[in-house]
Amino acid sequence: MQTRHEKLIFEYSRPGRGSTDQWPHAPAKAVDIPEALRRKKKPLLPEVGELETVRHYTRLSQLNFSIDTHFYPLGSCTMKYNPKACNSLAMLPEFLARHPLAPESHGQGFLACMFELQEMLKEVTGMRGVSLNPMAGAHGEFAGVAMIRAYHRARGDLARNEIIVPEAAHGTNPATATMCGCIAKEIPVNADGDVDLESLRAAVGPHTAGIMLTNPSTLGVFERNIEEVARIVHAAGGLLYYDGANLNAILGKVRPGDMGFDVIHMNLHKTFSTPHGGGGPGAGAVGVSPRLLPFMPIPIVGKEGDKYRWLSENDLPQSIGRLSGFMGNAGVLLRAYVYMRMLGREGMSQVGEFATLNANYLMKRLQAKGFDAAYPKRRASHEFILTMKRQARELEVTAMDFAKRLLDYGFHAPTTYFPLLVPECLLIEPTETESKETLDAFIDAMARIQAEAEQEPEHVKGAPHTMPVRRLDDVRAAKQLDLTWKPIAQH
Amino acid sequence: MSKVPSDLKYTKTHEWVKKLPDGSVEIGITDHAQHALGDLVFVEVPETGRTVTAGEPVAVVESVKAASDVYSPIAGVITAGNPDLAAAPELINSDPYGAGWLMRLTPADAGSLTQLMDAAAYETLVQAEGD
Amino acid sequence: MAFIPHTEQDVAEMLAAIGAKKIDDLFDEIPASLRIKSLSGVPTALNEMEIARLMAERAKQDGRPLCFIGAGAYEHHIPAAVWAVTTRGEFYSAYTPYQAEASQGTLQTIYEYQTMICGLTAMAVSNASLYDGASAFTEASLMAVRANRKSRSLRVLVPTSVHPNYRKAAVAATGGQGLRFEEVPYNPDSGLLAVDALAKYDGEDIAALAIQQPNFFGALEDVDALTDWARARNILVIAIVNPTSLALLKPPGEWGTNGADIAIGEGQPLGVPLSSGGPYFGFMTTRMEYVRQMPGRIVGRTVDLNGREGFTLTLQAREQHIRRAKANSNICTNQGLLMTAATIYMALMGPEGLERVASASHARTRDLVAALSRTKGVRAAFDSHFFHEAVLILDRPVAPVLKSLASRNILGGFDLSADYPALGNALLVCATETKTDADIESYAAALGDAMQAALAA
Repeated sequence: MQTRHEKLIFEYSRPGRGSTDQWPHAPAKAVDIPEALRRKKKPLLPEVGELETVRHYTRLSQLNFSIDTHFYPLGSCTMKYNPKACNSLAMLPEFLARHPLAPESHGQGFLACMFELQEMLKEVTGMRGVSLNPMAGAHGEFAGVAMIRAYHRARGDLARNEIIVPEAAHGTNPATATMCGCIAKEIPVNADGDVDLESLRAAVGPHTAGIMLTNPSTLGVFERNIEEVARIVHAAGGLLYYDGANLNAILGKVRPGDMGFDVIHMNLHKTFSTPHGGGGPGAGAVGVSPRLLPFMPIPIVGKEGDKYRWLSENDLPQSIGRLSGFMGNAGVLLRAYVYMRMLGREGMSQVGEFATLNANYLMKRLQAKGFDAAYPKRRASHEFILTMKRQARELEVTAMDFAKRLLDYGFHAPTTYFPLLVPECLLIEPTETESKETLDAFIDAMARIQAEAEQEPEHVKGAPHTMPVRRLDDVRAAKQLDLTWKPIAQH
Repeated sequence: MSKVPSDLKYTKTHEWVKKLPDGSVEIGITDHAQHALGDLVFVEVPETGRTVTAGEPVAVVESVKAASDVYSPIAGVITAGNPDLAAAPELINSDPYGAGWLMRLTPADAGSLTQLMDAAAYETLVQAEGD
Repeated sequence: MAFIPHTEQDVAEMLAAIGAKKIDDLFDEIPASLRIKSLSGVPTALNEMEIARLMAERAKQDGRPLCFIGAGAYEHHIPAAVWAVTTRGEFYSAYTPYQAEASQGTLQTIYEYQTMICGLTAMAVSNASLYDGASAFTEASLMAVRANRKSRSLRVLVPTSVHPNYRKAAVAATGGQGLRFEEVPYNPDSGLLAVDALAKYDGEDIAALAIQQPNFFGALEDVDALTDWARARNILVIAIVNPTSLALLKPPGEWGTNGADIAIGEGQPLGVPLSSGGPYFGFMTTRMEYVRQMPGRIVGRTVDLNGREGFTLTLQAREQHIRRAKANSNICTNQGLLMTAATIYMALMGPEGLERVASASHARTRDLVAALSRTKGVRAAFDSHFFHEAVLILDRPVAPVLKSLASRNILGGFDLSADYPALGNALLVCATETKTDADIESYAAALGDAMQAALAA
């Protein structure tokens, strides 16, 4: 990969340069805007030609690892192949050109895709209603907890303001609870990775609004007592929220609705292969059981006869409202639609099966090479955890060191230090689109790094050595904040 | 092993308290706390004159790994925040009981210090947390 | 079918290594009662040829009408280079840049983006983007309440001339945290917020005032007077701005004597297609003193072990994955791909190109308003200056007129009567640099007929 340092775009800038083919022809100046409201100084944007711009950003892209170029086993992120057709079909000119406020008469094709996506998502999750409105997983979480709260308030039960969260949960879960005006109540997980039922029984009561869970859990194992958990929480009057981050493990094999969940959010950018894009856009569609139907965020696509239309506040007067400026991440939803149509019912189950096969194979072979799995007696779901605490203690080589050294071997590191519960952990999720050869190459690399850790630990601790940069000074980044480039005159 | 000076008082949330000759107290975070946080990058101290209650979050210490609230061990009125920490938050790492002090306050009740842990009790607490 | 490369031999070898007989055994920890046999409700798989055909049919069904709608999403020319580079696999299929050494492309792009947005808004610091303009407004309101040390209030003043969807989304998203959005009416003649309308809040404890420029009607507010009014009362100013307009209009960092405190907006006009409403991105900028209150990701420049310059996510201690329940927000993303497109767009357009887009859009809207006002029964709503969008009042209901225009493949604008009943038969129209004289003529000609048809209806 590219390792040459690339200047900042501003450093290519020269006064008078520009990509003039992209500009409108010079019009009359806007003389009727009052002086007091006009900009006096040109904004600090680069003045560069089109080739320079294309070359610069192309070279920048070459500094990245990506699914298209590297095995990317980030646990909890589901870095599966993003089919090119999803992108090209979502970017058909008519779909791209459609204004969000265009009338339904000029959008039946788009709305048909959205409606069918809602229906397919209902089917794979076992939920009764779906809203495509939330724009990311965390956004979907917010919608889910807000709906739970709205449900209790509508019943006049205003005391329910506690959300139970297992201590292994993703950080967005307690943050979401706080955003909804609730209190996050953490409960422990037992040594086998299941929620501790005794603690759960003690934690539920008249203040319980609900519990936020993911299954399989963030520990990479299936919550075996899920039906009992559902009984306990429901009996106490609370609702069950499913964090869909790990849906890939059970797609086509188990449905959250069947497990007793009342509301779920899905991460379309994980399970349904929409692009991660260097940090977004995601899409966090939510699904609900019958009792939460009235509260779904709008807009939702409805069908009357053979015509599609948007359902709004008038149709759902108890809706928690709209969460986005328009209808959500439409283009992302189109990509998910194309992906799901290409999978079909047969493909859905294959996803769950092969994601699980790949994870279990990887775990078993890494264990055979001497690595410690956090839950060695459990089946892996679509992901599993290795702990490097022995290496950290005996060799002073940490999970972070392994992660950085893997980069030199041409693999993106797995997720590190999440969940917080397992010390020195690597959370590894291969996904179903990786071949056996890729997994074998990864296993070999891990074994070699272990050998290096034993024989020349300094080399591992100093990794990466072959990337565009070595390890970066995070402390300096936070203390000496340099967040925007400034021209020399301003330094 | 973290340092636990014997002449100070301590809280469960890893603050230390030192009685000053004029009756006011000086407060900071312990060696154990600074070690757990790692290199500090930013510190926010309370404004002078602010009245605080025991257990109220009054300051924030931020490292690359974590941002933690600092709780006032006792009730009182803030008389000073350490002005050196804005430019040099690392003083808390290098000298947590000296130059890395966070704030000073006048206690509402002079007797409230006796409620706090002594060095031996704090040391036990830290051992239990697996220092 | 599911992009799975395994051969039967692969499967056999893998199962052998695991010690399982069949794949289904790997699910043996899951209670049998929960395991489903099949998803009969999902249609059977399509191959790529089949789905391509279906999508082409649906796209054709929707067609490409002539669009004169603005209302928060704007049609601009997007250079081909923007999405050709943005959809490169290295940008498209990369993850969040948590492993900085493997993500310098994404990180440097974000740093450049942060710089450019600060340049446009004349503010000190930017984050790496938020979901969209509406959520940026929500986050700015929460941030203003946190950051305003001189106020204990949860009250945010919002003129009703701020985008209706932004106001609705802010209420929906912040209800759980007790924020109160208080609506301040605009002047019916000018369509603007007058400082007098704020007089009733004198002496009250208010956390923030939102000022949208141009406002939802396209009208230009007296941003200096409003900003100074707020500042004198220790009220933080949240500026909601259109990024294209900033090439021509005074940026929020220069409003009043000391500038706005938080400046946000919808970034879609910068190289992001309309695409039925998303994905877009919201931008957020603020003063340096508030940087730690800003939600979302931030990239900083630093050095590596060899002293070489590099970029990394910074100030992460504020974010959800570390602070958990005490985080500023639960936000876990930025709109990376869209922000990348916007960065390339801004580099291609530069200050001169963006100014031309803004001027051309303004000129086209002026021409559109002039052309449409020639039709009997159509007049401008307000006497104020407007920028690239304007409100027309019709002498008959807007909906049937729009329907008639739509049947001729012209989307005439946004009907304001539902959100602003006091305005009457009001239509928000917009023309950008993409519209030609012929386009405007078509609309004007069709409008006459549409008005007749609406009468008859």
